[in-house]
Amino acid sequence: MTDATAGATPAVDPGRKSKSIITTDDNTRRRNRAEKRFQYYGIAAIGVGVFFLLALTFSILRSGLPAFTETAVSLEINLSQEQFDEAESKLLKTGAYEQLFVQALQQQLNAEGEGDVEVEEDAVGRIMGNVGSEIREFYLANQDQLGEPVTFNVPASSRVDRYLNGGLSRESLAESKFLTPEDLDIVDRLVEAGTLTNVIDWDFITGTDSGVDNPGGAGLGASVIGSFFMMLVVLVLSLPIGVAASIYLEEFAPQNKLTDFIEVNISNLAAVPSIVYGILGLAVFIQFAGLPQSAPLVGGLVLTLMTLPTIIISTRASLKSVPPSIRSAALGVGASKMQSVFHHVLPLAMPGILTGTIIGLAQALGETAPLLLIGMVGYVARGYPDGIVSGLMDPNSAMPAQIYTWAARSDPAFYEKAWGGIIILLVFLLAMNALAIILRRKFERRW
Amino acid sequence: MSNTLLALIVLALGAIGYVIGRQRALKATDGDQRKLHSLPSYYGTNVLLKTMVPAFLLMLVWLLAQPIVVDRSVRAGLQDESVRQDRSVSLVMTDVRRVANGLGIAVEQGVMSRDEARSLDTQSTDVRARLGEAGVALGSDVTPAVLEAAQQYRGLSGTGDIARFALVVALALAGLGWGVRESTPSFRARNSVERGIKSLLILASCIAILTTIGIVLSLVFNTIEFFRIYPARDFFLSTTWSPSFGGGSELGILPLLWGTLYISLIALLVAVPIGLFAAVYLSEYASKRVRSVAKPAIEILAGIPTIVYGLFALLTIGPLLLRVFGDDTVGWMDGGTAVMTAGLAMGIMLIPFVSSLSDDVINAVPQAMRDGSYGLGATQSETIKQVILPAALPGIVGAILLAASRAIGETMIVVLGAGAAARLSLNPFEAMTTVTAKIVSQLTGDADFSSAEALVAFALGMTLFVVTLGLNVLALYIVRKYREQYE
Repeated sequence: MTDATAGATPAVDPGRKSKSIITTDDNTRRRNRAEKRFQYYGIAAIGVGVFFLLALTFSILRSGLPAFTETAVSLEINLSQEQFDEAESKLLKTGAYEQLFVQALQQQLNAEGEGDVEVEEDAVGRIMGNVGSEIREFYLANQDQLGEPVTFNVPASSRVDRYLNGGLSRESLAESKFLTPEDLDIVDRLVEAGTLTNVIDWDFITGTDSGVDNPGGAGLGASVIGSFFMMLVVLVLSLPIGVAASIYLEEFAPQNKLTDFIEVNISNLAAVPSIVYGILGLAVFIQFAGLPQSAPLVGGLVLTLMTLPTIIISTRASLKSVPPSIRSAALGVGASKMQSVFHHVLPLAMPGILTGTIIGLAQALGETAPLLLIGMVGYVARGYPDGIVSGLMDPNSAMPAQIYTWAARSDPAFYEKAWGGIIILLVFLLAMNALAIILRRKFERRW
Repeated sequence: MSNTLLALIVLALGAIGYVIGRQRALKATDGDQRKLHSLPSYYGTNVLLKTMVPAFLLMLVWLLAQPIVVDRSVRAGLQDESVRQDRSVSLVMTDVRRVANGLGIAVEQGVMSRDEARSLDTQSTDVRARLGEAGVALGSDVTPAVLEAAQQYRGLSGTGDIARFALVVALALAGLGWGVRESTPSFRARNSVERGIKSLLILASCIAILTTIGIVLSLVFNTIEFFRIYPARDFFLSTTWSPSFGGGSELGILPLLWGTLYISLIALLVAVPIGLFAAVYLSEYASKRVRSVAKPAIEILAGIPTIVYGLFALLTIGPLLLRVFGDDTVGWMDGGTAVMTAGLAMGIMLIPFVSSLSDDVINAVPQAMRDGSYGLGATQSETIKQVILPAALPGIVGAILLAASRAIGETMIVVLGAGAAARLSLNPFEAMTTVTAKIVSQLTGDADFSSAEALVAFALGMTLFVVTLGLNVLALYIVRKYREQYE
């Protein structure tokens, strides 16, 4: 009895072996140290992996969240009919409105007890951009608001944004003609007075991309729509084709050369670099078939071909996990092979298939490289499509391609937008993956 | 528009066919299902398939073929240099297509009448301004030759549209007739439907073959075209890469290959030790709770799109490295984009790839081998080093090769993080470029597909395809050949 335990213990836990002997010799100590060291290497490796994940999350959130807010001056303006008429009669109409804005701003500052700040028109132009035209457009469209106080939220220029976020220092502005250190004094006073505040930048979430010179107005909305249409194409094509192919290969295919060839093709296609699919899309869909460049339809087709192997592989796994007894039982009560598959196996495999499809779609959503080649980059989407057909055929951008466009621009103000875009992209990916996990938890059956 | 209508018509015919087929079979037996060979729905489905499948296939093939045929015949009329005014055929064709589409839009919006669009001529009307009214912006004035070609284009497309419409509907009707005629009680409808469905399934699985053929053909044809203008010897052996669209470019692949391999090497140096140790710890040491947290955490890294890693390289790793190795300290690094920047980001991306593949392989080593080693008095780490890892080696080597093929084909990280200069250098803090990054830069923008500078991208793609395919095949071969078979 005692012999047996003494013999078995060191086998389970070699570290305890030393206790059975009176002193540990050097060799045992060395081996134990080596054991500890090896474990620490493993812990360190996992620590590094988790550290990278945290660093990535941290830098995305820290750099990206400011993209969702913008600094804006909220100012109450009360324009009378006479002032409106007078401004409209001038030669420089927007200039006249800008003067009115500056007057109102000065008044508000005086009321807040910050009257010692002199607001100049040029400084306002640098801080706010072209406010005159915005006010004019509003009053031209809503003439009935004349004579009533109206609150305007006018966004400040992107440089002021970055100054308040700490991304821009006073020293760097010494030579700048876009914003001077004196302007920053005014900005500071405006912040103190509560006139300049941070508001959520809805334009970033819903808007369209701006030109290279206007980072403040850039938005992701149009490319979200572009991505949506691409995903629609991918889902409509890859789910039925992928499921059909998997059913054939898993349930019907005889062991022959054709089947082997298809299998080899699928496993190789899964490992082909995504850029090669971009070349395929460019050569076949655009050069050869003459489909329009930058269209979500072409992007969707390319991504479909790319996602198909993934979907086929996961669908086959879930078909395989349905036990053969189900098939035998169906055949036993007189179903044909086809009926047993479509009436019994497929419904049971459906949760797994859907999970795999969603994960495949999430992969496709984040894929960028092939989109660069079919022209979905550098394109400034101008508006929203007005229907399914135009949404598929009209040039548009896609989320990852839009993020790339911003990252490739030389103005650092766009980097913040790129990080912000990544947050939106990751939110979509997380939502899709969460949906896949919920589906799996809820419907997966284990035999 | 007419395509949607056509699809709807075919769908409607299919639905009608389903009802007729089912009714006809039932009526023949006075509503007694038992006298039918198959369930009534199979008779309906049989007609439905025969109506819709051939019609949709014809429609698809026609839609793909028509633009090509029309293009060819219009192009034939533009071979004469004087007609094109010294511009390349493809440029003129773009104009022609735009004018032809513009005319179509103008007619649709009611800016022009149908006859007006047909009888336009450049002398009496300003075509560009007229199309501008319909919201079609043209880059230049329309020459008579372009207008004439555009009219021909429109005419041919119009004829093609009508012919397609008629033929598809006729085919659908013929299928409907055939199916309905077959719907007699003794007809084996289920067998017929199942045969049809099975061929559709086969068709779907052949898409994988078609994709491979598409990839190979699009690479091969354009690569051959490239080697016709640019000598293959120079491409493979020259050490200079300096494309210039004005001509006289040197397109040697060696600096690009070097950059690719160097970046991949650094990525693997990061990913393989971390991934391997993580896999070993998770499968051999970690408690269940640690495993259930750490494994998904590391696998999240695999689900992050590569554009995110690219941005992380460009905006976080690059500046960080520059602060450590830049001019202020040791002066090894001039800018944020470098081999090291891209390599590190790619290494992070590959960690989960290596760790989950190795995890599978390590778990596949049977427990009996561990127990045997413990029984001989080995510590756990000695067991791992001397028993488990050697047994799992083929699988691990396969995993590393797959990771290498990933690294070589990765695009976004190197486009953003590695820089654009092609050079042969040993300094990992210098900017270099890769095959994939150059494919992107040669093919984005309005490249003329007949120039060597654009076509070289296909040769690069071919090289990339062959190399990654080779690595994958090699990985599979090693795993198959050297795998120990237990049990």
